[in-house]
Amino acid sequence: MELRSKTPSGPIEKRWDQHRFDLKLVNPANKRKYTIIVVGSGLAGASASASMAELGYNVKCFCFQDSPRRAHSIAAQGGINAAKNYQNDGDSIYRLFYDTVKGGDFRARESNVYRLAHISLNIIDQCVAQGVPFAREYGGMLANRSFGGAQVSRTFYARGQTGQQLLLGAYQALLRQVGAGKVTMFPRTEMLDLIVIEGKARGIVTRNLITGKIESHLADAVVLGTGGYGNVFYLSTNAKGSNCTAIWRAHKRGAAFANPCFTQIHPTCIPVSGDYQSKLTLMSESLRNDGRIWVPKKKGDTRPPHQIPEGERDYYLERKYPSFGNLVPRDVASRNAKAVCDEDRGVGESGLGVYLDFADAIKRLGKQGIRERYGNLFDMYERITGDNPYEVPMRIYPAIHYTMGGLWVDYNLMTTIPGLYAIGEANFSDHGANRLGASALMQGLADGYFILPYTIGDYLATTKLERIDSSHPCIRDAESCVAKTTNRLLEIRGTRTVTSFHREVGKLLWDECGMTRNAAGLKSALERVPQLREKFWKNVNVLGGGEELNQALENAGRVADFLEFGELMCLDALHRNESCGGHFREEYQTPDGEARRNDEAFSYVAAWEYAGPGNQPILNKEPLAFEYVHPSQRSYK
Amino acid sequence: MNLTLHIWRQKSPNHAGHMVRYEHTKVNPHMSFLEMLDVLNEELIMKGEDPIAFDHDCREGICGTCGFMINGVAHGPERATTVCQLHMRHFKDGDVLYLEPWRAKAFPVVKDLVVDRSAFDRIIARGGFISVSTGSAPDGNAVAVPKKNADLAMDAAACIGCGACVAACPNAAAALFTGAKISHLGLLPQGQPERYQRVLNIVAQVKQEMFGSCTNIGECEAVCPKEIRLEVIARMNRDFLFANWTARGETARLDE
Repeated sequence: MELRSKTPSGPIEKRWDQHRFDLKLVNPANKRKYTIIVVGSGLAGASASASMAELGYNVKCFCFQDSPRRAHSIAAQGGINAAKNYQNDGDSIYRLFYDTVKGGDFRARESNVYRLAHISLNIIDQCVAQGVPFAREYGGMLANRSFGGAQVSRTFYARGQTGQQLLLGAYQALLRQVGAGKVTMFPRTEMLDLIVIEGKARGIVTRNLITGKIESHLADAVVLGTGGYGNVFYLSTNAKGSNCTAIWRAHKRGAAFANPCFTQIHPTCIPVSGDYQSKLTLMSESLRNDGRIWVPKKKGDTRPPHQIPEGERDYYLERKYPSFGNLVPRDVASRNAKAVCDEDRGVGESGLGVYLDFADAIKRLGKQGIRERYGNLFDMYERITGDNPYEVPMRIYPAIHYTMGGLWVDYNLMTTIPGLYAIGEANFSDHGANRLGASALMQGLADGYFILPYTIGDYLATTKLERIDSSHPCIRDAESCVAKTTNRLLEIRGTRTVTSFHREVGKLLWDECGMTRNAAGLKSALERVPQLREKFWKNVNVLGGGEELNQALENAGRVADFLEFGELMCLDALHRNESCGGHFREEYQTPDGEARRNDEAFSYVAAWEYAGPGNQPILNKEPLAFEYVHPSQRSYK
Repeated sequence: MNLTLHIWRQKSPNHAGHMVRYEHTKVNPHMSFLEMLDVLNEELIMKGEDPIAFDHDCREGICGTCGFMINGVAHGPERATTVCQLHMRHFKDGDVLYLEPWRAKAFPVVKDLVVDRSAFDRIIARGGFISVSTGSAPDGNAVAVPKKNADLAMDAAACIGCGACVAACPNAAAALFTGAKISHLGLLPQGQPERYQRVLNIVAQVKQEMFGSCTNIGECEAVCPKEIRLEVIARMNRDFLFANWTARGETARLDE
């Protein structure tokens, strides 16, 4: 497999403009002759569908939810970055680019990141015009806050519901095109396979989740905006339905999968309370601005927090990182929480939690002051745990919430299958090994509104696409593949539920390929995941039929894919003999416990190629060059 | 904790439904309501019985997917809480709970507690947007938006489209939902050019979808998990009246 990134050369600030000029255009009258399939209706999928329909293309948009407005982009709280420099604090496109490359621990393409920073300006303008109710100053201008350790205020926000408001903006733009007849929406429809004809992506096979009907949809190009794979860990902050099925099945049809081991942990989530737990809830990181994180000094100390005197508490982040204290980056905060829990000093019933204590802040600012800053977060915490954080310290623990890896794409966002595109979290492109706060929303919308609508035209204008008959053998083959898998799942009638398998593989991957990894653990996971997969296919119990709404069946297909994908994730983590960003290998750390990158050996994108069932995937490397931001070691001491 | 649950079971839109009684003996007060149903479903599967279908996704109270009636109240007894964020500690050992899907002509039952809310999407497609194509926007700060308007617009825009307002309304009206969208866009300068045509289009679609008429009862506000206020309905009515009295075909109106 040849990886051609198509990254332009020349001065970085001119690359996108020059590239846009070099892209071939489709005549406006011809655009209406093309049909494009978009799978997923989150920020990336909805914005891409709307923008392409506005240009004149016919779009078919698919989502498994009952409405495109429910995609998981909706749950993003904090905000969206843009290098507007409205605050006059020295921000610039170059600074956002620099921060993002550095934050990604030097594992992203410079050209892509620069383009992202450049486009960030247009995104805010577009969203404001759509009626996104961003926070405003009294004079009516847009408000900003600083976020995720950035030293400038470049984050735009709509209360704690920025993702919701941006998604509703994109959703409304999408539905305007539905009303205009340019987009056909297929809700409650799940993509189960990709149709590849003569090497080009030409359609998808779907299952109607209400009737169970398996159908093929043909098009001139296919776009996947299906999000990340965080639910491979079972417990994550992702929505229950989020899954890797679309990108995984595209991978099995020939799309390379890049950097699957780059997963991100969020340090301030509500800890697991029992084995019935179905998902984890994230609380904004801003809590760390005023809360102090601590655990008891003594192992196995079960006293309630107020009975532990000051001298017997270990404020471990303040102790180890005196200059950043409780505000160290996400990965450092997360790993340290795990370390103290591994030492048997964790708190709460499960021992998997640390205190986030606001007692000092309440003394300083008063309860009212704290309520003004964090009122809604405190309410949310109390609603879920039943504890009042004004009286007792919060308990927090890290959880998976974003995945940087995804389908490999070139500068045009096209995967290694011609005519197949991946946008938003589903691709690997812009965040390297670690994503900065408030950058996910930016990337999803950049891809959908401002990149894909240009680049897809180049493909359509320069590619000869034959008319396809719906009886083409490749279509029949993909359909029968899907029907066979569905029937197989329904025929097993074993003794374990789908969820029990999901929970087991999730726990296994969290232990061996979660916050920290080591070679021995990964090797053991590489043996145990296939064993579990075999058990699943022998012993899972999916009731009901295929021709009805069958939520267990939907879930079974997704878990079957997680059981395959998890193995690739471990393989990637095992091969990457370095620590970088969200990938922390215990063997590769500095004497004081910080991540140690190995730029000489691993400054590349690992793009894995599917080699058939039972065969070792093939590793392809795309080397990364850093002409503008020179690799350096992070330090937060 | 032990609970007695009476749950609406309906195999498909074409089958008749009925209440089925379940004794649930594995309820932990820290569970969310949906986790309580997950545990029941795992048991049903192991017994070879069809699990209860219910809609859910984010389980953080923001996506608007979940929702059903608990003892006749949409999203259950806690104020400003979706059913996914409702925890079992608010119930007592021995409680008897009746779970039913949203009931409204415009929301046909799909299966068990799952209903079809696509009518909401059709309402938005008819006019719940600002017509601005990608690329044609001026700078974000080119138009000042008074902070108060931005805040009120955000209050209305917080609607998650769950449909509880319709389910709670004795008329099965969608006024809180449509009022919220009309308020959100109508309060912002960007929404002015289409303000009056928007309200006419949306109300026309609401009628087509067979939602009932609003008679200002207020049940919708009482159950809304995002605390959308009745004033959004007042704004909608005002704009609707104005649009009707002054409608002149295609003539554009720039302001009141």
